[in-house]
Amino acid sequence: MKANVWYGREQLRVEDVPDPKILNPRDAIVRITSTAICGSDLHIYDGYIPGMLPGDIIGHEFMGEVVEVGSEVRNLKVGDRVVNPFPISCGACFFCSQSLFSLCENSNPNAWLAEKLWGHSPAGLFGYSHVLGGYAGGQAQYARIPFADVGPIKVPEDLSDEQVLFLSDVFPTGYMAAEQCGIRQGDTVAVWGCGPVGLFAIKSARLLGAERVIAIDRFPARLRKASQWAEAETLNYEQVDVAEALEVMTGGRGPDACIDAVGMEGHAHGLFGSYDRLKQTLLLESDRPPALRQAIKACRNGGTVSIPGVYGGFVDKIPFGAVVNKALTVKSGQTHVQRYLRPLLELVEKGSIDPSFVVTHRLRLEDAPRGYRMFRDKQDSCIKVVLKPWADVPTVEPDAPGETARILH
Amino acid sequence: MATDVTQQGLGQSRPEPTGFPGFEAGAPPAHHGLQRDIARRDAAESLERGLGWFSIGLGAAAVAAPRAVCWLSGLRSPTLMRMVGTRELAAGIGILTQRERAPWLWSRVVGDTFDLAALAVALAGRGRRGRAAVALAAVAGVTALDVLAAVRLTGNRAGRSIPGVSGRTDIYLERSIVLSKSPEECYRFWRSFENLPRFMQSLESVRQLDERRSQWVAKGPMATRVQWTSEITADRPGEELAWRTLDDSGAAHAGSVRFEAGPAGRGTIVRVSLHYSPLGGALGAGLVRLLGHDPQSRIREDLRRFKQVMETGEIPTTRGQPTGRRSLFGRVTQQWGLTV
Repeated sequence: MKANVWYGREQLRVEDVPDPKILNPRDAIVRITSTAICGSDLHIYDGYIPGMLPGDIIGHEFMGEVVEVGSEVRNLKVGDRVVNPFPISCGACFFCSQSLFSLCENSNPNAWLAEKLWGHSPAGLFGYSHVLGGYAGGQAQYARIPFADVGPIKVPEDLSDEQVLFLSDVFPTGYMAAEQCGIRQGDTVAVWGCGPVGLFAIKSARLLGAERVIAIDRFPARLRKASQWAEAETLNYEQVDVAEALEVMTGGRGPDACIDAVGMEGHAHGLFGSYDRLKQTLLLESDRPPALRQAIKACRNGGTVSIPGVYGGFVDKIPFGAVVNKALTVKSGQTHVQRYLRPLLELVEKGSIDPSFVVTHRLRLEDAPRGYRMFRDKQDSCIKVVLKPWADVPTVEPDAPGETARILH
Repeated sequence: MATDVTQQGLGQSRPEPTGFPGFEAGAPPAHHGLQRDIARRDAAESLERGLGWFSIGLGAAAVAAPRAVCWLSGLRSPTLMRMVGTRELAAGIGILTQRERAPWLWSRVVGDTFDLAALAVALAGRGRRGRAAVALAAVAGVTALDVLAAVRLTGNRAGRSIPGVSGRTDIYLERSIVLSKSPEECYRFWRSFENLPRFMQSLESVRQLDERRSQWVAKGPMATRVQWTSEITADRPGEELAWRTLDDSGAAHAGSVRFEAGPAGRGTIVRVSLHYSPLGGALGAGLVRLLGHDPQSRIREDLRRFKQVMETGEIPTTRGQPTGRRSLFGRVTQQWGLTV
């Protein structure tokens, strides 16, 4: 099969690899019909995720058709159309039984590595480093899904791939970020980062009853999406002082909740920006957290800071005094996707939300390296890239090779 | 206290313990022998500490009052005596404060040799030969103690290199894991010894010989095999299982696994203890080889696999999944480093 393989920083190659096989009785194999590039994949692309090995197949947002099931998988059968959550969860351990699926105790074969890094190991993830299990990812034509009787959800035929694909990660991730804010009537939520997770967080905050949502980014196209699709007020941090603007907008109290949908590769201007870049280059800090600093600082007293953005290691100059003295609640975590699949699918079916709105580019799997570059550099106003592993027929591709098929909403 | 198997009605009249290779004859299994081992370790430690304080006392005296010590020992040079004192102080502080005591004890042995030589010279020369003879005898005695302590510490290499284990003579390990199954379920699975190779990675097979005894075969490094015969020493269904190896064993050890009900119905805490002696020569060597340089982690990984089998019915793996081209480093890392 063809798969998108990581060979190092900014080195991706789509090449032929062996097809996956059933390795355990609870495995299933899916033929992938759509797979997306996630913002967190860019951290791998940029070489900031520890524990990657050259030769790893990456990708964790995918859906497809079941082509084979292990002897213990009873809820799926060949031919089922499923969306697959990015965490791998056994469904039986202490955490899974409390619906904390991304903390599954059993699914990471390299748990000891994660324990060295973080004290305890979370669940294994698809295509996201050997620290998180070393599982082959889903930017490929086929994937093996362990614990297939727990993760994948069957989706109705009348919904298109792009309406349900993001149930695998970015939609529940944005939703959980908003849910963690404990939004009450009249609340104002500020969201740093208007990539796919940020946009879903904004939309979800609205669905959960936020009075106002303030979207912060520097790319006009993304801010436009936030305002058009979720009626967010927008702040371009290259044009305004975000802290001051938030003060003014909230009567000096600050947002009730702040969401950091940026993560470890945040950009900042001025002294702190250069400081982080220097420290990260010198390996003195693994992650750059300007968005997190701002979010903590801006949040109102007793408010909530929710962090769906990915951090991997160590950050510096976090104003923890503000967390303590303002009595903030900090919530984070990899998304417990399995917990949200059914309720969010229902929202899609009811028409409350159409997740396909984030898609800006559709490419063939072979063009994955180009897709990563575009997404990382925000070329062509790129927000979300969907890869088609079987698109030999140019259904979504213009004739000229090298030209991007783009759909501008 | 563990119950004797005969009291559990296993129907076998048990012969008297035949002795435990690597330990004293008739030594009871891990839990019962622990007190004695702690006592033995304490004795070794008090000798080392005693030598440390002796160093400091002698050193302080030699530095503060070199002439007096010279007069006592029949030596002549106060300058030399000050240097000896400084050396003694350093060794004493090293022994008392450093985790690795062996090098400091060896430094004492080297110092003793020097002192013995100096005293021998004094004895051969003219002057206070009587005092020198007494000092020589005293230093020789201390040297013997130094050598004893240093050799004992150095010999126990395996004991020293195990993180988190302070035992210096015998090795006593304990690891535990919590899982969402009842103590009875865990006990039942474990008690069927043929299940053990499913989660103990180095184990090849376990064959039950009779009610009490079983034959174990494990894969050692470099395609070697280690075999031993174990007998059950305690068997309390749903609570505890203890065993020890028999005489002919190649991996002498005693061990137990306890199944404790977790708090407020939170499953079971499974606790495995192993007790073995790296000084058991050929007898204990088998187990040392099996468990490698980090036995705690090996046990931890096996327990994790036990949990996985119990809770999910399988052991999650990535072995056999597709990858791109691996470099040699990548292949080696994946083979040996990552998937333990």
